[in-house]
Amino acid sequence: MAYKHIGKDFTPHDVVAKVTGQAKYAEDFRAEGMVFCRLLLSPMPHGRVRNIDASEALKMEGVLGILTADDVPAIPAPNAPILTKEPMFVGEPILAVAAVDETTAQDAIEKIKVDIEPLPFTIDPLQSLFPGGPNARSDGNVGNVGIELQTLKWTAADFARAGEGKLPMGKAVEEWSYGDLDAAFAKAKIVYDETFVTASNSHHSMEPRSCMAYWQNGKCFVHASLQSHTYTIPQIAQYLGIDPQDVVLIAEYCGGGFGSKGSAYPSMAIPALMSKKLGRPVMMRISRAEEYFIGSARNGFQGRIRIGFGADGKVLGVDLFIVQDNAANNGFWDFRGAGEAVSLVYTPTAMRFRAVPVYTNLPSRTAQRGPGQNQMACIVEPLLDRAARELGIDRVEIRLRNAPVTGSPVGGERRPVTSAYVREALEKGAARFNWREKLRENGKRDGSKVIGVAVGQAYHPAGFFGFDGLVRITPDGKLHIHTGVGNLGTFSHSATARIAAEVLKVDWENCIVERGDSRRHLPWNIGQFGSNTSYTMSRTNYVAAMDALTKLKEIAARELGGSPDDYDVDGSRVFQKSNPSRGLGYGEAAQRAIDLGGRYSGHELPQDIHPITRASASALAGTGLIGVAKDTLPGGATAAFAVAFAKVEVDLETGQHRILEFLTVGDCGRVIHPMGLATQLKGGSVQGFGLACLEHIVYDPQNGLPANVGLYQAKPPTYLDVPAEMQWDAVDKPDPTSPLGTKGIGEPPMGAAAAALLCAISQALGGHVFNRTPVLPDMIINVAAGRSQSHKPLQVHTQ
Amino acid sequence: MSRDMMPHFELYQPDSLENALDLAKRLGRDGWIIAGGYDSLDWFKDRVKRPKALIDLGGIESLKGIRETPEGLEIGALTTLTEIERSPIVREKYGLLADAARRVASPQIRNAATLGGNLCQDARCWYYRYGVNCYRAGGNTCYADTPQGQNREHCLFGASRCVAVSPSDMGTAAVALDARMVVRNSSGERVIPAEEFFIGPAVDITRMTVLEPGDILTAVRFPAEWAGAKFYFEKVSDREAWDFALVSIASAMILENGVIRNVRMACGAVECVPRRLKVVEQTVTGSEPNEELAQLAGKTAVQGATPLNFNHFKIPLMENLVRRAIRAAA
Ligand SMILES: Cc1cc2nc3c(=O)[nH]c(=O)nc-3n(C[C@H](O)[C@H](O)[C@H](O)COP(=O)(O)OP(=O)(O)OC[C@H]3O[C@@H](n4cnc5c(N)ncnc54)[C@H](O)[C@@H]3O)c2cc1C
Repeated sequence: MAYKHIGKDFTPHDVVAKVTGQAKYAEDFRAEGMVFCRLLLSPMPHGRVRNIDASEALKMEGVLGILTADDVPAIPAPNAPILTKEPMFVGEPILAVAAVDETTAQDAIEKIKVDIEPLPFTIDPLQSLFPGGPNARSDGNVGNVGIELQTLKWTAADFARAGEGKLPMGKAVEEWSYGDLDAAFAKAKIVYDETFVTASNSHHSMEPRSCMAYWQNGKCFVHASLQSHTYTIPQIAQYLGIDPQDVVLIAEYCGGGFGSKGSAYPSMAIPALMSKKLGRPVMMRISRAEEYFIGSARNGFQGRIRIGFGADGKVLGVDLFIVQDNAANNGFWDFRGAGEAVSLVYTPTAMRFRAVPVYTNLPSRTAQRGPGQNQMACIVEPLLDRAARELGIDRVEIRLRNAPVTGSPVGGERRPVTSAYVREALEKGAARFNWREKLRENGKRDGSKVIGVAVGQAYHPAGFFGFDGLVRITPDGKLHIHTGVGNLGTFSHSATARIAAEVLKVDWENCIVERGDSRRHLPWNIGQFGSNTSYTMSRTNYVAAMDALTKLKEIAARELGGSPDDYDVDGSRVFQKSNPSRGLGYGEAAQRAIDLGGRYSGHELPQDIHPITRASASALAGTGLIGVAKDTLPGGATAAFAVAFAKVEVDLETGQHRILEFLTVGDCGRVIHPMGLATQLKGGSVQGFGLACLEHIVYDPQNGLPANVGLYQAKPPTYLDVPAEMQWDAVDKPDPTSPLGTKGIGEPPMGAAAAALLCAISQALGGHVFNRTPVLPDMIINVAAGRSQSHKPLQVHTQ
Repeated sequence: MSRDMMPHFELYQPDSLENALDLAKRLGRDGWIIAGGYDSLDWFKDRVKRPKALIDLGGIESLKGIRETPEGLEIGALTTLTEIERSPIVREKYGLLADAARRVASPQIRNAATLGGNLCQDARCWYYRYGVNCYRAGGNTCYADTPQGQNREHCLFGASRCVAVSPSDMGTAAVALDARMVVRNSSGERVIPAEEFFIGPAVDITRMTVLEPGDILTAVRFPAEWAGAKFYFEKVSDREAWDFALVSIASAMILENGVIRNVRMACGAVECVPRRLKVVEQTVTGSEPNEELAQLAGKTAVQGATPLNFNHFKIPLMENLVRRAIRAAA
């Protein structure tokens, strides 16, 4: 079928604003009488605030007020508080000071005397699980979303049994299994039992989470940096203790989030609450260093995997245990993503998954691109290569033999996935990369430099369902696609809007994407995270457009006779199939809809839509033909995959590497927007290179102090660390549950690229497996020089 | 701890060296000389160092530029690293300097950072930069040299209550080129060999160079003796840009009939000062730069290295870089 929009490039409207500098981000806004606030951050990793003496500060000229934990709504533990009396990491906000300018606010902060009683702390989950070990929180050391906050200590025997350098495996708090694991391992030709560590790494979004807020006529206006929109409104309302209808959220552009701005976050509430107290607009600009404290990071793992392979390379059994570093608050459930990823990507015949998420005195964690899935790609993919080597199987072949297909089960619940084209991706990639040919270079040495050629793969769920769509055709003939999804920077807010344009056959010039500002009346959508937009919002825009289509045909039938089925649309007209000259322009139809009222004009709305959609649709009622619906289409467990191929040169004398060639192939369903897809595949890969070989959070265990609170220290890859040219491709096969076949892709390319790079380095080192990320030059030097590593196998947050 | 909010200070912008010297004398320890600002501004933003007044050298034309002299090459302290990297005369005769400059930080930083500022920059030990009260900051402990200290970037040699390393890539090159530092203060001028310019914690733990309040580095002279020598510069860092050295090597060699007649070598990021490899120089002089010599030179270079918990990789790395410098001459 020939599409009008699907599979074609277009220029998203926000691109021009971004490259010309016209886009206004949170900190670019000003309001009459606006003042600034700054945060007083905890200097110690854990403590109890005994007293705050702000008298000197409040006497200073230009200082307007102070906000402490006593002034803000309490957030139920173990979620991160807005301001705290029990700081649980260095850099946690204790109070905020407002002043006429930021320098004055900071000067005032220096004058505030905070008396903090130091409490025991830890930056190592295993230390906390050891009998008598410190708890990061005074109310417990283990928990997560869906796992009760509790104190859990393993026994000394648990630790002793594991032995030196092996992960002890005491009581788990989450567990699932399927199949006969013992039988699987008994049948296996090779069984590895590996202990591993994956580092936490910061999101370091280019735009820090600055926020400006003010109150007007009972409503709170919030200018924020968020990758999601309507999804965050109830959360913001909860932070502020107001009704969601009273939040006006302006978040049109977002300078990167990578998961860390998917939901509302506590610091956003500070300017609004301060503004309420002062009666003036308040801007809180977050600095680069502060972003490392309150801006979030990926959860790190200390883990152990037992994995058994049959003689044919089939993964028979997996026994996975993950100790997750939650940091001080709940963080994300990366451990769950880890277990699911292993169960799906390698389709083991039997598997057990166990996990313990442990609190530590480190800055809050949230999901980061491929939370859990990408850590596992870094760990399991090199093991697959090791097995392939031992069994004499080609490394693409071993992946093909284990690859999931449509309907393969995921996780403990064994839900079948709606589509999986990993085989196709591997085959397409191998052909395009010239895998067989390139393999001849693998291991070739020239002086101190060795070539490594490798393949990697990764997975992430690719969409949700059950959200609302809202479109509107106005009497000027324009199609307005209202989307509440947010703008992470992926352009998928507009790419998925084109689904509505496709259904209603409207040229893109006649479409207006309404988004980024509550005053544009947006529907209830999930946030822009979890690689979901291309699936979830294709569905919502589809159902809303279908509703509009039905209404157009009904109006035409009323007006021109016959039944709605006699009508079709194209070129912004609804017309009789048998006599296309008989029809109505969309503008005329919209006017008729207004005249007709009721469900045509949005005065009558479906019962099942979310209150936020209802409010938006009601506000738009009477302005045109309203298409609005909840997505009740059949859905399922979606899955996106990426594979990556890399040729890398490793210098054994310096530990440095260069990526010489790179190709990534996505299984993202039908491609909606090739250019947008390319940026996701390549951008994700660049981030994957950082995950594999550069980025990590470093803490001094003795003092709980962070070593890298700046971009240059936290080391995202630079322009010179990535290949000048990166190739990409896509399987381009539709997902059967998505109306136009689309599904997400954002997260897997990162894991696939990280895995390919790590596997290539491992190849260059003769198959050495690190069981640790990131792999830094010093680690490569040590292997090449036959020296032991500086870090112990389970040590975390090391430099 | 990072605060990212600069406090107020006085700003002086003298237009002549004499005015700057007067100010430097008058302000003493309350004054802070600033050139490109890439080392200084972070200190101020974090409110760790809090000078009362800044003396901005940016308006002093006589401190800028690259000049050939009968004795060699003279580069004004205020010359930017980009200028050095791109200068035809530097590239032709003192390629080592251009190579070193090209590996400093990032292009954006090099556009503003100066040679003088780079040579005079402070230690980059992360604990010290964080603002802890360590020995170097006037306190009575070292946070890096502890059983759990994160000291991957710290020193192999010359520890003395402080284990920070020399962060300056230009400093490593300057020592290899036997550069002379021209220093002025209100009572006159002195010319100091690069090797003596940098000082370790055993000499003075609060400074990285011999400069004292009132002193201004005006220029750096590179002797003609090394013009057009065989150079080798390599810096190993985690990233290809925007990163300090894990270890770096700078060497200048004069070969005659395939034999090393004269050589100077310095290693960066292994000691608090650029470490001149004198014994290596002596060992290789008079020999042919072959693989055997490279191996010997490498072994010799790391003799006496005392690693900390997280930096023993620097030993093979240093050894490898020294070997590569010798090999490159073959
Ligand atoms: C992110 C980042 C990465 C970096 N990476 C590297 C790197 O890879 N390699 C490297 O070598 N450096 C690196 N640096 C350091 C940087 O190159 C130096 O900080 C810079 O060259 C300093 O020059 P400046 O002119 O900006 O110094 P300023 O900040 O202006 O001065 C630095 C110091 O020197 C003193 N000073 C300056 N000029 C004079 C003078 N003429 N006489 C007396 N004292 C003077 C100042 O008082 C101050 O103490 C990096 C810095 C940053 C911020």
